[in-house]
Amino acid sequence: MSAMADMAVPTSQAGTTGQARATSQAGTSSQAGTSIRAAAPSEAAQCAIRVRGLRKQYQGATAVAGIDLDIERGEIFALLGPNGAGKTTTIEILEGHRRRDAGEVSVLGADPARADRAWRARIGVVPQTQTRTGELTVREMVSHFGAYFPDPRETDKVLDAVGLSKQAGTRLRRLSGGQLRRVDVAVGIVGRPELLFLDEPTTGFDPQARRRFWDLIAGLADDGTTILLTTHYLDEAATLASRVGVLAGGRMVAVGTPADLGRTDADSTNDADSTNAAGGTGGTDATSTVSWRAADGMRSVRTATPTQCVLALAREAGTEIPGLTVTRPSLEDRYLELIGASENGAER
Amino acid sequence: MIATSQPGQPARLAPGRTAAGRRLPGIGRVSLVRGVVEIKQFARQRENVIFTFSLPIILLLLFGQIFHGEVGNSGVSFRQYFIAGIIASGLMSATFVGVGVSIAADRDDGALIRLAGTPLQPAAYFAGKAILAFVTAALEVAALLAVGVGFLGLHLPSTPGRWLTLAWVLVLGSATCSMLGIAVGVLVRSTRSAFATMNLPYLVLSFISGVYFVFSRLPAGLQHIAAIFPLKWICQGLRSAFLPDRLLVAEPAHSWEHGKIALVLGIWLVASLVVCVRTFRWHRQGDR
Repeated sequence: MSAMADMAVPTSQAGTTGQARATSQAGTSSQAGTSIRAAAPSEAAQCAIRVRGLRKQYQGATAVAGIDLDIERGEIFALLGPNGAGKTTTIEILEGHRRRDAGEVSVLGADPARADRAWRARIGVVPQTQTRTGELTVREMVSHFGAYFPDPRETDKVLDAVGLSKQAGTRLRRLSGGQLRRVDVAVGIVGRPELLFLDEPTTGFDPQARRRFWDLIAGLADDGTTILLTTHYLDEAATLASRVGVLAGGRMVAVGTPADLGRTDADSTNDADSTNAAGGTGGTDATSTVSWRAADGMRSVRTATPTQCVLALAREAGTEIPGLTVTRPSLEDRYLELIGASENGAER
Repeated sequence: MIATSQPGQPARLAPGRTAAGRRLPGIGRVSLVRGVVEIKQFARQRENVIFTFSLPIILLLLFGQIFHGEVGNSGVSFRQYFIAGIIASGLMSATFVGVGVSIAADRDDGALIRLAGTPLQPAAYFAGKAILAFVTAALEVAALLAVGVGFLGLHLPSTPGRWLTLAWVLVLGSATCSMLGIAVGVLVRSTRSAFATMNLPYLVLSFISGVYFVFSRLPAGLQHIAAIFPLKWICQGLRSAFLPDRLLVAEPAHSWEHGKIALVLGIWLVASLVVCVRTFRWHRQGDR
């Protein structure tokens, strides 16, 4: 577990100076989704969210078992994890909708458990459960939520942003599930929040709607909105988030950029060292999988030095290597590995 | 949604306009917004509107067919006597039952969870319910009076003073029943159980508060129990608006007791408000 944590939080050696790196990446991260800014911010003032030792039990069952978390202003942070990992409990505590048993929590400089209306006006919430029915029109729904905030966005612009301009005059109960979910998002952002909580926002979206939603979220982040989202979709986390936290069994088993999480120990600690484990097969250091078609069927080798491996294969074949693929472990592989490790740990 | 950041610049650290410097909207304005939303949602549910308004009107027409003759030798028809009870009953149905059920529905369809994420005060949410309840009650009274005068030969309040009595009893009665509806509605677990939960106290009170029977002819024990609750006093207040003073002989206290009506309703109003503010949670009760 400790090795994972070390790996997951990149050390300052990884870049030159942490601050300069964060600055240079800030402009591109929302599009590329591969910002390497990951160092925990040192100044509390820069933190949108700061959590230390958060715990929550339900009737004896532990939902959150000691979470630490720092989210910078302007960041898009994704909480990944299987059902029951504690994602929603965590996000609801941060929203001030759930009490915690222990730990320190600061959200926009205030304790959510004691926060006032002025604080609430600065956050936006898209809960996991979807609006089910409604006799209001889409425009009425969004504009009346705007009326509760001191400085709401223009309703029509919000509808435009979530792609519901055409449905502005439609009653909510006539909308599809995906459209209703976009109403939820519109309601979450109409108050011009500094910090937006999105609990599984794209569940039930078709791929095209999800792409549009990602653009919307990236645009909000470019406007300076800090975003904390939970999701089951690894591609969503990889595309959107500047950093990802993996929750399993109520614990944060890894935190890092999507790219960092996709790597393993060998990658992150020995980037330049390609001399050892040459042509290694399997083992925990192996990072890439080289596959090809041999006379007796598909063969594959896990290796930390895929280039060497391919060169060797090419020499051997003397021509094109049939069916050659080189794959690096994706965030998904790493995620499944982390979840699996956590489950094994829990059983012991 | 204009992207303001330029490559290489830490634009993300400068959020757009923050809400911090601006004043939160006042409770009066937000209450009105809530009231309008509640009215729109109610008015667009046709079945709801039809049931809310038709039940008391059907009751009134049935009573008009069943009861003939007059109360004692007062020269006042039973129909005239019961208009007060039916209005009171309709008022409690539209406010107490209606509000309780609508809170359960707001909980079930996710509206409360969404409101919880905003700076909306619970008091403004309550006010919205009360505004809807009052508007419904007022429309219902108008409909009952129209039907009563048009088809059953009932008499409208005879003096400005009695109209004034009608007005304040309606306002205070619907406010009290709305708050009571919220206080009880908070305990309701789901929309499915809401109708049963809200209708039980409503029906029992209707029977013992002088809606279906001349109040003074009820057993004394039931009269005492009914006198604890608001509906008896709303009925009594409405009778004082619709009946001539010579019917005071049919009142247990031989007086309309306006002061006592205001006092009892006022106590219920304040008590339910306190309970609402103390117990109301945007989220479903449970392990939070």
